[in-house]
Amino acid sequence: MSEKLLGSKAAPVRFEGVSKVYGKHVVAVDKIDLHVEAGKLVTLLGPSGCGKTTTLRMIAGLEMATTGRILIGDRDVTTLPATDRDVSMVFQSYALFPHMSVLENVMYGLKFSGFDKAEARARAIQGLELVGLKGYNDRLPSELSGGQQQRVAVARALALEPQVLLFDEPLSNLDAKLRRQVREDIRAIQQDLGLTVVYVTHDQEEALAVSDEIVVMRNASIAQIGSPRSLYDEPVDTFVADFIGEANLIPCQITSVEGDTATIEIEGHSHSLPSRGLAVGPAILAVRPSRLVISEDHGAPARVAKATYVGVRMEYTLEGGFGQVFAVQDDVDTPLEVGSDVRLAFAKNGPVLLPVE
Amino acid sequence: MRNDSAKTTHPVLIFWIVAGWLGYCVLPWYGVEDGLFSFVWLLEGYPFDEDFAPAAFLIGQGEKLWLAPLLIPLALPLFALGRVKSDPRYAQLLILSGVLGFGWLIAQGFGIGIRGFSYEWLEALFGELGDRQYGMGYGAMIAAAAFLFLLTQGIAARGAVNGDVFVVSAIGGIIVIVTAFVFFPIAKMLFAAFVTEDGAYSISVFAAKFFDDRLWGLGCFFGARCGAAWNSLFLAVLVGLITTVLGLAFALVVTRSGFRFKRGMRALTVLPIITPPFVIGLALILLFGLSGSVTVFFADMFGVQPTRWLYGMPGILIAQTLAFTPIAFLVLIGVVEGVSPSMEEAAQTLRANRWQTFRTVSLPLMRPGLANAFLLGFIESMADFGNPLVLGGNFDVLSTEIFFAIVGAQYDQGRAAVLAMVLLFFTLSAFYAQRAWLGKKSYTTVSGKGDSGVHPLMPAGLAIPVLAIAIGWALFTAVVYGMIIYGSIVELWGVDNSLTLKHYVTAFSFRLEDEGIRWTGAAWDSFWTTITIAAIAAPLTAAVGLVTAYLLTRQNFAGKNSFEFGTMLSFAIPGTVIGVSYILAFNVPPIEITGTGIILVVSFIFRNMPVGVRAGIASMSQLDKSLDESSLTLGANSWQTFRNVILPLLRPAILAALVYSFVRAMTAISAVIFLVSAEYDMATSYIIGRVENNDYGLAIAYSTTLIFVMLVAVGMLQLLVGRVQIGRRTQLGTETSK
Repeated sequence: MSEKLLGSKAAPVRFEGVSKVYGKHVVAVDKIDLHVEAGKLVTLLGPSGCGKTTTLRMIAGLEMATTGRILIGDRDVTTLPATDRDVSMVFQSYALFPHMSVLENVMYGLKFSGFDKAEARARAIQGLELVGLKGYNDRLPSELSGGQQQRVAVARALALEPQVLLFDEPLSNLDAKLRRQVREDIRAIQQDLGLTVVYVTHDQEEALAVSDEIVVMRNASIAQIGSPRSLYDEPVDTFVADFIGEANLIPCQITSVEGDTATIEIEGHSHSLPSRGLAVGPAILAVRPSRLVISEDHGAPARVAKATYVGVRMEYTLEGGFGQVFAVQDDVDTPLEVGSDVRLAFAKNGPVLLPVE
Repeated sequence: MRNDSAKTTHPVLIFWIVAGWLGYCVLPWYGVEDGLFSFVWLLEGYPFDEDFAPAAFLIGQGEKLWLAPLLIPLALPLFALGRVKSDPRYAQLLILSGVLGFGWLIAQGFGIGIRGFSYEWLEALFGELGDRQYGMGYGAMIAAAAFLFLLTQGIAARGAVNGDVFVVSAIGGIIVIVTAFVFFPIAKMLFAAFVTEDGAYSISVFAAKFFDDRLWGLGCFFGARCGAAWNSLFLAVLVGLITTVLGLAFALVVTRSGFRFKRGMRALTVLPIITPPFVIGLALILLFGLSGSVTVFFADMFGVQPTRWLYGMPGILIAQTLAFTPIAFLVLIGVVEGVSPSMEEAAQTLRANRWQTFRTVSLPLMRPGLANAFLLGFIESMADFGNPLVLGGNFDVLSTEIFFAIVGAQYDQGRAAVLAMVLLFFTLSAFYAQRAWLGKKSYTTVSGKGDSGVHPLMPAGLAIPVLAIAIGWALFTAVVYGMIIYGSIVELWGVDNSLTLKHYVTAFSFRLEDEGIRWTGAAWDSFWTTITIAAIAAPLTAAVGLVTAYLLTRQNFAGKNSFEFGTMLSFAIPGTVIGVSYILAFNVPPIEITGTGIILVVSFIFRNMPVGVRAGIASMSQLDKSLDESSLTLGANSWQTFRNVILPLLRPAILAALVYSFVRAMTAISAVIFLVSAEYDMATSYIIGRVENNDYGLAIAYSTTLIFVMLVAVGMLQLLVGRVQIGRRTQLGTETSK
């Protein structure tokens, strides 16, 4: 590889009490505080309409915050338009200019950043090499596959060495196999160059796979911020528990609390686990489907309502006095019969207590 | 790199400051007699001669002292230089300068005219002025533009539209020119309706003219004549109905029948675009006039006396139906095709037969389109001037009455203004009804998703009458157009039917001489003027239209709805009204352009602007907004985005808008006939002049030539951009890349 031209000017992003209100009453983003460290990949995750894309567009300068301050690096960019921010963005639709060749697309931003033509060209070519598209310079976007177009869009954004690189659901137009490949590529480039990346998605698996940190959003505000592991293992509420991975939310009674350990009771079965600051009284137990232990003699009584064979594992729906739960079991050789009576218990690690909402 | 731009002074600001000073100190302040494009003033006493002097020299010589206060707003922006854009002082200085400068320019322009103070209260306040001023020239116009764009830069600096200078300036520019050339003349005309003979204002004058029997009389029920307003209304409703029915028949034949010559029928849609509106009337005279071939044929056969039945209501009705049916067709073909085939297929799978499907699904879905077609026919008929002029006889309609009130012996501006108001009221009501009622009601969806279904054929019971009507009407249209060509090569219609090219020779002869070609034909003058004016107007129209479309589709700003309404309004203003209001508004300072070529260019720009706007909106809404946004996040500003991304992708639409506004400028008559002068005569008004002198041969030969010139223009366009639809009222949208 020739002399390395492309590097990173990664900078942190900070939101201080930022709101976005459309018209008079439609609150898209409600007073959020957010800090994205330089060189980290942070994902904004949430169901559609939760304000994640609006948040991303406010970083880009495509939407202006109604109140609050946005800082990129040390600079207050709250009122700066997109043109004047050192941020670039990869769009869901890629937004490649159809009348320009691949190289012209990648050079486009460099042209307005004061590079002379030769250097802009060198940088653009290196950007294309970085995403594995050497030799595609003169193709038109319409002559590329979806995955290639996506990589051109990434190269175009990278070539500017932005302080922050934004991705708006970049994988949603790709098929499932390509998705895994591309998200690994994006992560690799981000880590190689040490870029600050803010990434929007509604796919929790994608978020878990690529992020340093995930910001879960709900109804225009932030539900929880944390590493993928901590969100999965220690959700703060039922929304996060259910949104990140699948969780069975089972109502239960905390019968006693000793130190940090609580004892709960479900249909006569008792179980001990960290209390997480909850007191005696009703609570919700969140259990991943894989953390349910099904046996013949130990636990709360339940009945097998559905059994589905999906190849790598068995999926069961169980019914009992606690309601309905969804469980998966790796044992595919001796499946349970539909209608049989079983007992349901919980793994030692994994289940967490959540407050009743 | 990108951060630096905020610190140094923006070159655009410097440009407009310099422009302002240039306009004030270097260019002649007042309009130069010989026209904008003449530069003899450079040799005749510039810069000291009072007629050609820049404002600074006038003041230096102690004249036109009311221009001196402009020095303050000219100097103000100099203090903004070197300040940062985010400094509140920067914005304040520019806004103050813009408001003061622009405001003072307007105030002095209207306050002081060719007879000193324009208003008595000014004279009462300051005494006799003893001086006067003429219309704005280069200097004043450039200074005005400079103040305007200083103001918009100030507003942008305060953060409007994300602080985007280009967008704010474009909005400001469009608002100012639309106000100056659409709203101002209309307002001026409305005032004229209240003016008495000695120049005072009076309601009773207006009332007398408004309640005139010639306007609202209902005499036709008692054997006498009806008022022009009722005539126009009645005619317009009838034309709207008939063209809608015929248009629907055509659209059904083209989309839902196995008829073999469907493509030929589609070609009919080009006709109204390239035909000057009164040509149909001329052809009808050749067919059914007193010495028309059909009339004579029947007279000989049955020994009846030829009558003048054509002149009046029947003639206008036939001519307008012929002229405007293709417009209804154009609207309805989109609507009929736009009804999703899967809806109809769904109905069929639900056990509806073809007739039931048509009646219960297809037709209701077309309803908004039918209403739209009716209203367009209504507006077109109201506004039509050429056909009533040629065929009207004793049947008075508003548009011709307005014309005769201005150019006839009666010369009554007040009456013209009152009539124009009534006409404007009718068309605006229709326009308003169209927007209010149809605005959100469109069942046709072109979503971009492939709809693989096929439209079912019409039920047989419907197909036969529809096909009969369509074929009959198509043949009639063909005969009429054939007559136009035939009529142009006949010696003297109805008297001497020998073939001759003499009309073409009279009109378009030329001699080759040593110095080059000498254009000796009678028509060349107006022909070249028309081509020149149309060629100047076309790019301006396209530019104004596309910028407006860009603002409407791509930007959000306060007052966007009224902005849209204002820019589309001139669509509903009949040409005659534009014509009258322009001569009332622009023959006195501050904008004094009557009798020049500029007034023609300006009238074309604002008459045809809505077409450019619609073309732009149609194709821009096919471009995904993320293209603009990605360009912005890549560091291009909105002007660079517009230039590098939007414009290249809109190339077909631009070309279409260009050709279309060119062609429309060549066929227009209603506004033109008020605005032409001896020096700037247009082809259409020349032809009307020939018709009034009963010189039909030359008129028809000239019209035929125009039709062919425009056919060539449209044909070249089709070749250049492939299959681009160019319709009067439909989208000029084209396939752009995915």
